[in-house]
Amino acid sequence: MDFELTEFQTDLAEGVRRLCEGAFPLERIRAAELADTVVDREGWRRLGDTGVFNLCLSEEAGGVGLGLAEAALVFEELGRALVPGPLVASHLAAGLIDGADDGSVVVGLVEEQPHAPPGAVPTVVEYLDDLDVLLVLSDHGITAVEPRSVVATPLRRPMDPLTPVWAVPTLPGGTAVGGPEIAAWWRRDGAVLTAALQIGAAAWTTELAVEYAKQRHQFGRPIGGFQAIKHLCADMAVRAEVARCAVHAAAVTVDQPDVGDPLAAAAGAKLLADEAAIANGRSCIQVHGGTGFTWEVPAHLAYKRARVLATRFGTDDQLAESLAESLAESLVPSGPGVL
Amino acid sequence: MDLRYTDAEQAFRSELRRWLSEALPGLPPRPSPSDWPGRRAFDTHWQRMLFDAGYAGVDWPVEGGGRGSSPVEELIFKEELERAHAPYVGVNFVGLLHAGPTIIAEGTPEQRQRYLPTILKGEEVWCQGFSEPDAGSDLASLRTRAVRAGDDYVVTGSKIWTSHAEVADYCELLVRTGADDSRHRGISWMILPMDSPGVEIRPLTTIAGSTEFAELFLDEVRVPVANRVGDENDGWRVTMVTLSFERGTAFVGDLLEAIELLSETVALARRTAAWSDPAVRRQAGHLRAELDALWALTKRNVSQAARTGVPGIGGTFFKLAYSETRHKLGEFSLSLLGRAGLAADDLEGTDGLGPLPAETMVEDWLRGISLTIAAGTSQIQRNIVGERILGLPKEPVSAVAKTAAR
Repeated sequence: MDFELTEFQTDLAEGVRRLCEGAFPLERIRAAELADTVVDREGWRRLGDTGVFNLCLSEEAGGVGLGLAEAALVFEELGRALVPGPLVASHLAAGLIDGADDGSVVVGLVEEQPHAPPGAVPTVVEYLDDLDVLLVLSDHGITAVEPRSVVATPLRRPMDPLTPVWAVPTLPGGTAVGGPEIAAWWRRDGAVLTAALQIGAAAWTTELAVEYAKQRHQFGRPIGGFQAIKHLCADMAVRAEVARCAVHAAAVTVDQPDVGDPLAAAAGAKLLADEAAIANGRSCIQVHGGTGFTWEVPAHLAYKRARVLATRFGTDDQLAESLAESLAESLVPSGPGVL
Repeated sequence: MDLRYTDAEQAFRSELRRWLSEALPGLPPRPSPSDWPGRRAFDTHWQRMLFDAGYAGVDWPVEGGGRGSSPVEELIFKEELERAHAPYVGVNFVGLLHAGPTIIAEGTPEQRQRYLPTILKGEEVWCQGFSEPDAGSDLASLRTRAVRAGDDYVVTGSKIWTSHAEVADYCELLVRTGADDSRHRGISWMILPMDSPGVEIRPLTTIAGSTEFAELFLDEVRVPVANRVGDENDGWRVTMVTLSFERGTAFVGDLLEAIELLSETVALARRTAAWSDPAVRRQAGHLRAELDALWALTKRNVSQAARTGVPGIGGTFFKLAYSETRHKLGEFSLSLLGRAGLAADDLEGTDGLGPLPAETMVEDWLRGISLTIAAGTSQIQRNIVGERILGLPKEPVSAVAKTAAR
């Protein structure tokens, strides 16, 4: 048992970090704020060339043939850099939708909530104008929809300025591309990779807050010298690290299912990663004080992105419920102890 | 990142499991928690069994008489003991986890020869005399004074939070040998025989109603100079060296116990109407996520120690997060007990399914409160994270400390 990153894994993460610094610096990303399209096609292809989308695809299928553990490390870096666009969907679609694997085709995803009662909220689709293919994920399977055929109303004030959204009263019928089994593993792996994006952002907001706390002076001292601020920052670091371990463990458990319960691990990881990203985004703004409430300081981007990601692949209540179910089942002595 | 155990690690586990399954049924009944002589006898007997089986000091280096196991084996050892509900270090936790390792690292050959084997064989028990009524989080301000008089030190002062003092043979004692304001640079580490004239013990009752620890009064107690470990005034460093023995496994037993308690709590919620409440289920699910994450963090910390040979900062992260989770779990189980939690007695359920586990849950809730205080309060831990990991400015140094630093 060695739960530390291998040298290869460390190098992989560092490589993706350098790629993001080069291809997705914050200034460049921010140029797309509030635009209808946020995917930089050239950058997307570079992500494809690096293996971001075909990382888990087998070598026979033209992929890199690595595990979800490596993918999680890559997505941690993408989350840290706030790279916009349907990253997780395009990664999951590699091998299923032609061109997703090398980044030449941008694939989006919308989830039909399992057992959702009909309610007042219409379907909200992200990145519609960027998409070549829109996939609809439900318990029954996955269908592909032609994005241009979707009747949608653009929402002019997206909460995250880098996640454009459309209201869709009715999704058109599509072509079936995957059955319920694929849908189930997409939900699981999608949760882990989305959680990986979240922990990347949670670590980044911690660094942003700490940096500011060191340079901002009040009462003749750096504000980070005051315990009120220092302890906020410490709590951010702890949350990020605990969630990071949960995400890494979930990814490894998917790759090595004999070490635990992959579904429960994925749900727990997503739950804690969502919380860490949201709480750290909020704390980062707080440490920045008034300036944190301005559009210029990027703390709000991380906070808003965390909120967006928290709505994908399981909300907090759904994830906690599924963990509770697995707990209850594990109490039945003859039960298999899995979801 | 690999969560699978190697063949050698699996073999270590199987062998240990086999031994536990043979050894545990032969244990005498556990004494009542307030029966201190009984507890000493029980715990030292268990230690002797471990010694005879080659499991004494699993985490001690071979040169100290230990087994010299890897951090991962240490993790497996603690995991298997907890899963089998075996006793752990018990009343001699200071000897096995702290004083022993200190003497291995810093003691003279004579001191090692004299004190280490008796700890491993369960013959002698140690307690700790570090904190003082006026030196808690600021341990370096301790004032218990040791004055040299020939071949002895004459020690006067008082110590507090000394666990299991009543049944201890020796105390690892920190004393002031330097000037009053010498702080870290004027402290010495010494071995105090508890039967020395002038040692007085006053048990303290915890909020759980138990007498786990005591206050120690030292009135001109003579301690031989030969009992000093390390140089005079070098005791702070000696103490810190001990911490480097911690390899991320300090809370393995506690954490697994918490996981079991969550299962018991869920079982309780299913016996009452509570489980039909989504808020209760979600709270349980959330606690499971937290405990699983802490188990993953433990493995991360152990792996780091295995790679680098020194404890990482992960232990501080762990303690901060674990103490909060444990407290939440305590509150959760207590709220599910409802009015059955008004006494720490198992009372018979009216559903015919046996007693309700109030004793475990009430005691656990109370004990959980100490976790954000003992071994460095959460506030001090946050300072450590903020300053040593995040590099934020240090706390202002007091005028006294500034004088001393000159």
